[in-house]
Order: sequence, then structure tokens, then C-alpha cells
Amino acid sequence: MMQKIETLFVDLADWFITWLQGWGIPLAWADAILVVVQFLCIVAIVLFNITILVWLERKVSGFIQERPGPNRLGPFGILQTIADALKLLTKEDIIPSKTDRWIFRTAPILFMTISVMLYIVLPFGKDMQVVDLNVGLFFFISVGSLSTIAILMGGWSSNNKWSLIGAMRSVAQMISYEIPLALSLIGVVMIAGSLRLSDIVAAQDNIWFIILQPIAFLTYFIAATAELNRGPFDMPEAEQELTAGAYTEYTGMRYALFFLAEYTNLVAVSALASTVFLGGWQGPWLPSWMWIIIKTYIVLLVFMWVKWTFPRIRMDHLMSFSWKVLIPVTLVNIVATGFGLYIFKGIGG
Amino acid sequence: MLQTEQLTINIGPQHPSAHGGLHVEAVLDGEIVVDAIPHLGYVHRSVEKIAESRTYAHYVPYTARFDYLATHLSVMGYVQTVEKLAGIEIPERAEYIRVIMGELSRIASHQLCIGSMAIDIGATTGLLYCMRDRERIMDMFEMTSGQRLLAAYMRIGGIAEDLPEEFFPAVRSFLQDLPAMIKEYDGLLFGNEILQARLKGIGKLSAEDAIAYGVTGPNLRACGVDYDIRKAEPYSIYDRFDFQVPVGSNGDAWDRVVVRKEEIIQSARIIEQALEQMPEGEVRAKVPRVLKPEKGSEVYHRIESAKGELGYYIVSDGGEKPYRLHVRAPSFVNLMVLPLISKGGLIQDIIVNIATLDPVLGEADR
Repeated sequence: MMQKIETLFVDLADWFITWLQGWGIPLAWADAILVVVQFLCIVAIVLFNITILVWLERKVSGFIQERPGPNRLGPFGILQTIADALKLLTKEDIIPSKTDRWIFRTAPILFMTISVMLYIVLPFGKDMQVVDLNVGLFFFISVGSLSTIAILMGGWSSNNKWSLIGAMRSVAQMISYEIPLALSLIGVVMIAGSLRLSDIVAAQDNIWFIILQPIAFLTYFIAATAELNRGPFDMPEAEQELTAGAYTEYTGMRYALFFLAEYTNLVAVSALASTVFLGGWQGPWLPSWMWIIIKTYIVLLVFMWVKWTFPRIRMDHLMSFSWKVLIPVTLVNIVATGFGLYIFKGIGG
Repeated sequence: MLQTEQLTINIGPQHPSAHGGLHVEAVLDGEIVVDAIPHLGYVHRSVEKIAESRTYAHYVPYTARFDYLATHLSVMGYVQTVEKLAGIEIPERAEYIRVIMGELSRIASHQLCIGSMAIDIGATTGLLYCMRDRERIMDMFEMTSGQRLLAAYMRIGGIAEDLPEEFFPAVRSFLQDLPAMIKEYDGLLFGNEILQARLKGIGKLSAEDAIAYGVTGPNLRACGVDYDIRKAEPYSIYDRFDFQVPVGSNGDAWDRVVVRKEEIIQSARIIEQALEQMPEGEVRAKVPRVLKPEKGSEVYHRIESAKGELGYYIVSDGGEKPYRLHVRAPSFVNLMVLPLISKGGLIQDIIVNIATLDPVLGEADR
């Protein structure tokens, strides 16, 4: 029984391939169709996950702020997000007259696409990965950094001064935090000896990398918060200063897409954190895909806790923090990891 | 050299941090503020003119709408001015009740200042904590006057009604819990390094500039000037209480907020003493139904409101309505230093400066 649950999704995929072959479709084609279906499944999972996540964020913030949070629609207000999504869908879609229309329209779609693309390399469980790239980690970071372009496009094409400032901030911030984000993962790559995410998970068979690389985890967490535009680093949006920053002119579903993409990114980054530092899908008793969900949600809750506790940091402090603190720390961590590996290998080999 | 342009943006009048209709025209060089000019008048209701067509008693509720965050202090200033003008003595108990309500208002106003400062720099939870505690004061206002925000509880010659029985346990338990509340603000807000970095050294105002601009209240005391009208020129019964005047040293945003936090503690001390000393008796003096001060008499009376020196100037022509009424609103005067302290800072500092100057636009525009 346990085995059945463990390989539930893998079995489903295998059954799907055999089913397609039964229709006389060659194996190569069936594989290609499977990838498309998997992609659609990811989108479905992502959207479903976000409805829960937005509700959870509200409940968590309510708990922190000593208020009930959503509690009217459905049990514990769980249907609130769906109602909000419906509201956003039915709202009038306003494109201000002096905008650069095509860029304005493309930006939210691009942002969402980029966010969903991150999931392609994430291992959701044992043998559960859409594409097991040999440069998986590299792919994740490079695709993730593209989202800056989407925010810049949205902010600049809006022809609004607030949006422009928000977009400028976004670019400055993301470029500064991209570097510590990548550098903090290098220590892990050095120990695992591979950029392939499944190898990194396998390397944590005995010990999680959070124990071997605690500083890297911390720097990754901080840099990822900035990368996600979440509080206390929510500069580009900065509601109280820039109204809504780069998203000021967006309404209805276009705004919702930005909103959803941010949450999609959040889940992806948390899933990467649990994959790289918290042993990925490995864990006792429960099936592997359950473990990744649990670990991802734990990381997510920490993200929420941080957001609802801290004030927003100032822009110049933010930049100097990245260049003067985070990057030196990550560099020292890499050197220390190198020495550690050299000594360890010297003893072992 | 790259060609750059200055960017003019309008913060407000519709803006999340505009504090109710404040419009600041900010000239930016990138993120650096070249100039910040406050434009007022979005909530102008010509209330000073309205005074000329209302009797003295009828005008009381209008004054509650000046500083709606510390409504009792606004009303207290007005009724005391009229009493001074007409030479009315009010009963002891009424004085004590006025002081208690006024100081509760001050606490509520300062709590809201700290809370809105918190949300303006992104700490949403700070606002909710302050609002939660302010709510208890609002409940007390509701007990006494039936109104939560715009309680016109005071009357010329005293107050409307005596305090209800349930008010005393409520205020005592509030005062008892106050140290715990302050400790919570310390933990969540004032102890936070990001918040300290956002506030310390921001929007520095020198004592000379503050005096030259006529800044009063906590904003002046943050600059290191020990000036509180409750001490300098005691009105009502403030000379009977033992309290300190918290004074800052740097005149920056941090000091402005910390002074307010300290003032909450001092106000609580005043309320405690007032509750102990309060005598029994009447709460309203005999006042003629139609008040007609002597012709040609004029009076200026000022009190220390939550925002600074709140002064009323009334001229009488012997009729039942004031000939002219002028309000010296602290928020209006305090706001004028905004360009001075914002120049050279970042756009984020403008928001901090507005929040820590703590203007109430209902009072700045009248």
C-alpha cells in the first residue's frame, strides 16, 4: 500500500504512456505529449496551491496581528481567495491611454510564464521531475532572474512616475541580490559535486545541507526574500511609498497575474530551499512527494513570519547590505567550504 | 556625463501615506529629494467662518472635528477659551474629568502616530497592535459620551454628564496594562534594527529652526527644547500633577517618535493622579442659556494638544455669536518644516517625515 502511494504519480505517468501507445502513438511522441501534460499539471498545481497560499498568508498575518483574518466564506474563510480571483477576473480591464500597449500587455504574461518555468527542474518526489537537467540549479537561477525584465517592462510601459521608480528599484535590487543568491548555492554545489538537482538531493542522503552549510542557508534565505520582492525587501511594490510601484496602473486579471506570479515564485524558491538545504523529498514514513510539500510549506511559513514582522528596509541600506555584507559573507563561506572539502578529502582519501 | 532630468511627483492627495488629504509636491533627482512642498486645502471646510454664524454653545461639536484623533483636547481648548472670555468658573470635578479625557485622547493620538509611522515604513503589524490598544480608549469614550471618535463631551461650563460607573474599572485596567503595551511596542518596533535605521538621523530639525518656524509639541521637544504649555503656563489644574516632560536631543524622526512614546507613559501618570484626587460634586456650572460676552472683549487661550500648541482666539461684539474666531493649529505650523527636513533625503524619508511630524489634516485645513 505504502509503495503504491509512494509511486502514485510515477505509475500514473507510466500508465498514461502505455495508454497512448495503445492508440498506436510511437514512444517518442508519447513522451512529448507527457511533457505537455506534465506542464499543464504544474500550472494546475501552481494555481491550486496559490489559492491555498493566499488564504494561508491572510490567516497567518491575521494570527500575527491578533485578528481573525478571512472567516466568512466557507469553513475558515477558505473560499475567500476564489471569490477574490473571480472578482479580479470580472473587473474592467483598463489600459491607460499613453501606455506602450504591447509591452504593457506582455509583461504580466511573461512574468507568469517565467515563474511557471521554474517548476520544470524541481524534483517533486522520487523520480518525479519534468526535466532532470544536468544544470538544473543554474537553470533555476538564470530563469528566475528574468522576472526582473517583466517588472521593468510593466513599470516602464505604464508611463507612470511611480511605476518607473518601482521598476528602477526592482532592477537595482534584483541585480544586487542575484549575486549573493547564486554564491550562496555554490557551497552546496561544491559538496554535492553537481548542478543536477536530483544529485543534490541524493547527496543529502546522510546529512542535510542546512547542517553543513548553515550560513549559506541564511544568505540564500535573505537574498531570496529580496529576489521575491517580499517584505522587508518589497521595494518595487512599496505600497506606502510608491502606491503599488510597478503595478500601479494594472487592473483586473493583469494585476492578478503579477500577484499570482509573485506567489508562484515564492513557492518555487521555497521548494528550491527545501530541495537544496532540507534534504529534498527524502524523509521517513511518508511518501516522498508529501515530504517536499511539508518542507516547502515550512519554509513558506518562515517567509510569511518574516514579512509580517519586519518594517521595510531603506533602498540605500538594501544595496549596501547586499554588497557590503551578503556578498563578502557568501564568498568567505565558499572559501571555507573549499578548505573544509580539501581537509575532509585529505583525511578520507 | 549622462543627461539626467528631475522628476516631479505628487505624493497625495490620494496616496496610501497621505494622512488624509495631504498633497506633497516632491521634486526628485533619482531617489533623492530636491524639494518637497506641502500643498494644503483639500479638507478645508471654512469652519472658522462658520463660527460667526453659530452661538458659542453650538460651535462645540465643530471643534471636535479639528483634531479628530485627539478630539477631547480640541474641544477642551475651545470651551476653556469661551470660559475665559465669559469669566465662567467650572466645578472641580469637571476639571478633573476634562484632564482625564484629555490625557486619554493624547495617549490615543500618540498610539495612532506610532502605529501609522509603523505602517508607513512597512511594518503592518505595528499598526494593528497600536490600533488594538487605542480601541480600548475609544470604548471608554463611547461609555462617556456615546461617541467614539468625535465625542463632543465637554460643554461650556463643565462637561455633559458625569462619568458612568463602568468607566472607572475600564480606565484602571487600561492603565494597568499600559506598561505591557509599551513593552510590546518596544519589542516589535523600537527594538527593530531596520526601524532604527529608517528613523535615526532622518529629517533632522535643529532647535533654532524649530523655534523659528514655530514648531510646538512633541516635535519641538524632540529637538531638545523643554517646552510644554502644561508646565510653562499651567492651565486647568495641570499644576497639581507631578509629571515629567520627555525631551529628545537630536530632533530626528527617531526622537520624535520616542518622545511620543514617553509622553504616553507620562499621560498615564497624570490620569492615575487625577483619578486619585478627583472630588465628588457637580460637573457643570450654571451658565446662562444664551452666552453674551462683553462687547469688544477678546481672548487668546492656548493648551498643549497632542500635536502642539493649540490656540483659540475669539473676539466678541457683545452678541450671542463670536465676531471672529481663529484657531492656531499646531499641525499646520508643524507641517511647514517638511521641505526643510526632507531636502537631501530619499523619497522614503519624506514618508517617514510626514508620519513622524504627525499632522492631522482636519486641523491643518479648517
